[in-house]
Order: sequence, then structure tokens, then C-alpha cells
Amino acid sequence: MSDDKRVGIVLVSHSAEVAASVAELAKGLAGGAAAVPVAPAGGTEAGGLGTSAELISAAAASVDRGAGVAVLTDLGSAILTVKALLAEGGELPDGTRLVDAPFVEGAVAAVVTAATGADLDAVEAAAAEAYGYRKV
Amino acid sequence: MLDADFFRRWMTAAAASVDREAQRLTDLDSPIGDADHGSNLQRGFTAVVAALEKEAPPTPGGVLTLAGHQLISTVGGASGPLYGTLLRRAGKALGDAAEVDTGQLAEALRAGVDGVMTLGGAAPGDKTMIDALLPAVDALGDGFAAARAAAEEGAVATIPLQARKGRASYLGARSIGHQDPGATSSALLIAALEDAAEDGR
Repeated sequence: MSDDKRVGIVLVSHSAEVAASVAELAKGLAGGAAAVPVAPAGGTEAGGLGTSAELISAAAASVDRGAGVAVLTDLGSAILTVKALLAEGGELPDGTRLVDAPFVEGAVAAVVTAATGADLDAVEAAAAEAYGYRKV
Repeated sequence: MLDADFFRRWMTAAAASVDREAQRLTDLDSPIGDADHGSNLQRGFTAVVAALEKEAPPTPGGVLTLAGHQLISTVGGASGPLYGTLLRRAGKALGDAAEVDTGQLAEALRAGVDGVMTLGGAAPGDKTMIDALLPAVDALGDGFAAARAAAEEGAVATIPLQARKGRASYLGARSIGHQDPGATSSALLIAALEDAAEDGR
């Protein structure tokens, strides 16, 4: 699979800094993941804490290479906004999916998996599996 | 019969009401939420009114669908997708009809409330906007005044409830004793139906 058909990853957080940092962390931990399109969509357009439908749509469009887009969120309005955009139709690229996963661990798993050229199902499964990584 | 103009007046009245009550909504959101409900809805409904003035959809369904889209796009908090889904689903249910009666409005709002429950996962009694909206939809057959009374009663009835959805649910039993801001703004939205009917006379 060529690099331009990687699954795209969008990271939606109430905070712009959290979304951007988690994107950086996931790409950094994934090593050779430079080819994976990852875009943060954090905070409101005005720069405050919250969720922006516009930023989410723009981020999803920017990482869409035709292989699907996995969207990971933190909580509350981030989840509801992505779900509402998916229900609207036409707001997010075809093949965009809200992935049920822990934000940080799921993002790392998703980017690492996407870097292998895996498809959207595999990226989603890897991210969701991160719920099972116990720490104690 | 209710035409597109009635639905525009409804949204304008709701925006005015949210403007007037923004501080109260934010105050209610302070002890059990993140103190942004009033300002978030103000931003959303201001955008709704601006979009309706610009585009003036010719049907009731068109007005509600556009309003819902604006709320999803501009609110920035959970109330955006929730109210957006309520109005969009209701708008879709009304289809292309140029005029609808109160019964059709009630059915459409019921479809909207179903959409909100699916999106947010809330059930009646969870201390959410559903606790004002469902009784209002049930009462709508008896007129706008009855719907308004039912919504206001539903909002007040959230005070003794423990929140089971949203940020307030993290507080557990400490959410008891506070009126839910979402149920309160839902009552404002329903009350605005009566304002819209009076403005049209």
C-alpha cells in the first residue's frame, strides 16, 4: 500500500494543547509514522476550551487520503459533536468513523497501526484494544 | 396552521429568551457543570437568527434544519449537538410541507427528542433536557401554554434528581438539589413557542 493511502487520524479534545500534544506524542512514539496523516482538532475556534465542529471537519478533510478517517475524542461535547456531524452527512469525509478508545493510549495504538498500512477496521480495533491495557 | 414565518419567530423568540436568561443558565451550570451553558447557547442562537435572516428557508422543516445545523456548528459545548439534533431531526420529520399543524409539530419534536436520547444516551429521570422536553411534547396536543407549563414543571422537577449523564454525573449525589441547566433552557425553548404564536397575532 502506498503512503498516500494511509488511514487518517483526527484527535478531538476540549483543549487545543491536549489535542496537539497527543498528536505529537502518538507520532513520536510510533517512530516511522511520519507518513500517517494525523490532525488535532482541539478547543473552540476562539481558542477556548470546548469543541468546534468546524475544526473537526477541517481536520478530517486534511487527513483524508481515501482510506478512511479514525476520529478519537476525549469526552462530552467532543463525542456528541462528532456523532452529530456523522449523522448530518456531508460534513465529514466518506469513511470517517468515531473510534471508541481511550484518548492517549488509543491515539498511540491508532497511529502505530495506521503506519503499518493497516485498514480502518484494524486501526479501530487496535485503538479500542487500548482499553484493555491494565496498569496495575 | 404554522408556516415558515411562525418557525422563524419561534427561533427569534428562543434567541431573545436565551439572551435574557443567559446569566441564569450559566449560574445554574456553575455548581454542577462548567459554567458556560448560557454563553454557549447565546452564541448558538445568535448564529441561528443570523442564518435565518440570511437564508430565509421557505418551509417549517427548512427553518428547523438550518437552525439545528447552526447550533451544531457554533455552540462549542454539548448543548450544540444535542439541541442541534433536536431541531434537525424535527425539521427532517416535517419534510417539505409549507404549513404544519400542532399535531405534526408534536410528532416532529418527538422524533427530535428520540434523536437526542439516542445521541446522548439519556433517559427520563437522568436530570437532563429530556426531563423538560418529553413532558412538553406530551402536552403539546393541549396547546402551547400547556406545553410551556409542562416543560417548566419538568425543569423544576430535576432539582431532587441525581444526574446520570454529562459532566454533572461526575458529582454523584452532590448533583442533587440543583436545577438542571439543560432542562431549564429546554423550558425556555418550549416557552418561546407561545411567544411566537402571540407575536403572529
